[in-house]
Amino acid sequence: MKRTILALAAVSLTAGAAQAAEIAPGEVEFDGYEVTASLTETPGDPEKGREIVTNKSMGNCVSCHAAEAYSDVPFHGEVGPILDGAGDRWTEAELRGIVSNAKMAFEGTVMPAFYKVDGFTRLGDAFTGKAWPEGEPVTPLLTAQEIEDVVAYLLTLKE
Amino acid sequence: LAASAGTAQAEDVIGFELNGETPIVVETDAPAHLDGALSTIRSGWTFRDPATQAMEMDDFDNPGMLAVEDAMVAWETAEGSEGKSCMDCHGAAEDMAGVKPVYPKYVESAGEVRTLQMQMNDCRENRMGAEPWKYDATEAVSMEALLSSVSRGMPVNVAIDGPGAETWEMGKELYYTRTGQLDLSCANCHEDNYDNLIRADHLSQGQVNGFPTYRLKNTKLNGIHSRFKGCVRDTRAETFSAGSPEFVALEMYVASRGNGLSVEGPSVRN
Ligand code: HEC
Ligand code: HEC
Ligand code: HEC
Repeated sequence: MKRTILALAAVSLTAGAAQAAEIAPGEVEFDGYEVTASLTETPGDPEKGREIVTNKSMGNCVSCHAAEAYSDVPFHGEVGPILDGAGDRWTEAELRGIVSNAKMAFEGTVMPAFYKVDGFTRLGDAFTGKAWPEGEPVTPLLTAQEIEDVVAYLLTLKE
Repeated sequence: LAASAGTAQAEDVIGFELNGETPIVVETDAPAHLDGALSTIRSGWTFRDPATQAMEMDDFDNPGMLAVEDAMVAWETAEGSEGKSCMDCHGAAEDMAGVKPVYPKYVESAGEVRTLQMQMNDCRENRMGAEPWKYDATEAVSMEALLSSVSRGMPVNVAIDGPGAETWEMGKELYYTRTGQLDLSCANCHEDNYDNLIRADHLSQGQVNGFPTYRLKNTKLNGIHSRFKGCVRDTRAETFSAGSPEFVALEMYVASRGNGLSVEGPSVRN
């Protein structure tokens, strides 16, 4: 299994925390729809994961998914399934795969791929309506560490 | 939902009475060209809360009618080098009843599919010697609202065959193309998920029979292409511009998905 590990300095200067290495979006190894290896060397933080799942300007998962687990947050969507029990239904590797690129698990799903940087049509610059600047490297919807944080949080959602 | 707020017109038709007199069909059988993608088509009105619905049911409560009044003045006002008004050639605005339901349509003399706004600007530039209105600008949307208002209650009836068929196909292609980093098509939200909440928004079928729409959110009349722009932008995509060939084609296709619903504009939405 060949995997390219990018040094932190080459990936992002804004990430802050001192992770040693992370797997770039194009290098994620899917086994079917599962991703076994952690994308970073820092274990996911479920507290941060909850923030990402429920925050409109971060993962904004709440716009499509409701859950008792975050009933304190207003306006739960109903486009996707209720997330309570996701930690029972899925393994860590499955959840990492679903959040990174849900289309591997659910063909044709409306759930966006949160760790993917290519294959888009008319890619825009966030919500500006303008084109993504030509030549600029595309940033995924969530960083590698944010994916790990979200996965860690989903694993706490047990019935 | 809609049935409780309105009066049934026939067995498979649901609606309300505008100003207590004009029947407005807000739910009916889907046109055959949808091939079963939707069983019934529903106006955006059926997805709104009762208070918003009520505002549209009476012209005195409909803030969009103020723009119609402005357009009524513009209709009678001579402009441009020819010193002519719309009324000089077209007569009373009410005489334009029946025009709105068939737009966008292929215009033989122009050799292309045109929206109502394109036709208005053709008259301004080539028949009045006046400046064209910017696409979806206040004057243009207000005039569109006037032309829509005189056709309210008439069924949307956009032709999908004949010389406009190619443009219609292009619009259909755009409707089903996923765009942006969220990789979503119009159909993903308005066909696969209508009636679902996406965050706080109750997703409708994205019909355009109610346009122009007065939105309580931005307190003004909104044009179809401006709405399209917002929806495409929300997929984190590069949008098309108002009046672009892509949005003209998309408008034609989306309008045809509402064939059978009543013309409703100016409608009220949140
Ligand atoms: C635009 C809508 C949308 C967004 C945004 C979205 N999802 Fe989903 N998600 C879905 C849908 C729809 C499914 C069901 C899969 C299918 O059949 O398409 C799904 C499935 C899932 C599943 C598996 C279903 C289960 O619980 O058994 C998980 C876990 C999940 N999503 C997590 C997330 C997380 C975490 C985020 C944000 C980082 C997110 N989703 C954002 C629509 C969405
Ligand atoms: C000097 C005459 C003249 C003036 C002034 C004029 N129009 Fe026209 N308009 C026409 C003619 C002629 C047509 C084409 C009729 C046809 O081809 O069926 C037309 C067509 C239209 C159509 C398409 C009608 C249809 O049935 O498809 C619309 C809409 C329209 N005009 C709106 C306006 C508006 C709004 C104004 C004023 C801002 C205006 N016109 C001013 C002469 C005029
Ligand atoms: C991410 C979800 C999403 C996508 C994708 C999307 N829309 Fe929308 N659209 C909405 C929401 C939310 C609203 C406001 C609530 C409503 O009326 O459905 C809306 C409203 C509309 C309306 C206004 C309906 C009315 O009655 O006032 C139209 C028309 C529309 N969309 C067309 C489109 C078209 C055409 C596309 C594709 C180019 C599209 N939408 C893509 C979410 C979406």
